[in-house]
Amino acid sequence: MSRIHVTATVNGDPVEFLADPRETLLDALRNHLDLTGTKEGCGTGDCGACSVTVDGTLVCSCLMLAAEANGKRVETIEGMARDGLHPLQRKFIEHAALQCGFCTPGILVAAKALLERNPDPSETEIRYWLAGNLCRCTGYDKIIRAVQDAAAEMRQDHRGAA
Amino acid sequence: MRYHTPTSFSDAAAIAAASSGTLRFLAGGTDVLVQMRAGMVQPDDLIDLKHIPGVDRIERTAEGGWKIGIAVPGIVLGGHAELVRDWPGVVEGMNLVGSTQVQGRATLAGNLCNGSPAADSVPGLIAAGATVTVTGPNGSREIPVEAVPAGPGKTNLARGELISAITLPPRGKNGGDAYLRFIPRTEMDIAVVGCAVNLRLDGDKVVEARVALGAVAPTVLLSEACAKAIIGTTLDDAALAALAKAAEGEAKPISDKRGTKEFRIEVAGVLARRAAKIAYDRAKGMKA
Repeated sequence: MSRIHVTATVNGDPVEFLADPRETLLDALRNHLDLTGTKEGCGTGDCGACSVTVDGTLVCSCLMLAAEANGKRVETIEGMARDGLHPLQRKFIEHAALQCGFCTPGILVAAKALLERNPDPSETEIRYWLAGNLCRCTGYDKIIRAVQDAAAEMRQDHRGAA
Repeated sequence: MRYHTPTSFSDAAAIAAASSGTLRFLAGGTDVLVQMRAGMVQPDDLIDLKHIPGVDRIERTAEGGWKIGIAVPGIVLGGHAELVRDWPGVVEGMNLVGSTQVQGRATLAGNLCNGSPAADSVPGLIAAGATVTVTGPNGSREIPVEAVPAGPGKTNLARGELISAITLPPRGKNGGDAYLRFIPRTEMDIAVVGCAVNLRLDGDKVVEARVALGAVAPTVLLSEACAKAIIGTTLDDAALAALAKAAEGEAKPISDKRGTKEFRIEVAGVLARRAAKIAYDRAKGMKA
């Protein structure tokens, strides 16, 4: 079976690898690029643990072939902390918005995508946006509060910088 | 598996026609990849349509309608203010499909060709009078959306044919559409029943109507009886009662784990009534 040469930008870095035609973006991130922060929960697009952004759009990396990422800009959890943790990451720790942590990378990536579109989402908007990110430990309330708190801080910082 | 990336629909059709094995087209992939993973489908040829120019675009047609590329994902439809203003029912149906992540990939064409009787975007398209361009080895033809599904998981497209565009007619004046579905939760579920209503008013009177019912038959149904029940009325209580009765009469559902036959028949009537009222209010220019 012939392999497909894929070049892409992942977290700002140019990458290239040879993908099996059936291989998902999720498997390529984990197995070719050693970016194991992106998790496989269900593998069928139901749980959101494998959330990444592709050209700025939030997707399940299990529902995309690695070959489809050719030429695309991919952002994963590994690209989230820049100079220290992202506000969402800090607030998840402060609010204890995780227990086992398996769903957390996907939820952080999804929440970041939300706040980039909508810096001041209502609780309802947060809950609907994150409806495709399943967590079996925390019961969601702490996650929602952490996102709200991070959003408030980011709005404050933004005003401070303006 | 051979992964193809044609740059025209005629090339895609030619590859499909030449394929002797299991074949799948890839737009958003939110159904195809799940089927591949589950082992339900192991394509010999997978034809990725996203390298064809224009498939990611939403454009006004010369007539004032909309031409929607086959790879436009739900999140882009929902973010297109002018399209939402013209056809809110079509867009709200598509936007009910799956999660935010799924909306980032899933397409109208894929939802239609997956052939589910419960596909949330299909009743809205049918009620709107949308058409699809079908391209095959011998050229292209235009068919109404309701002519595509043949039964659960099946379409009427011949081997080598694929959908190359979706066209919505001009909205025109005093029109409104709406889609509602019933699910036992608030999000991330498959319709137990769905209903779309599209109508046009002259003053307070309904002069045109199209009603489509989902998940109550092997395919999404376009119901003339439902349309007749409200055309010529002001959508008063008597018209709404007649509409509900017509919808119940049209529904030929099965009982399964998501709902019994009796429940689905009753809900078809309820949703038809509610969707008609929303469409009516939208046609009146009221926010709904």
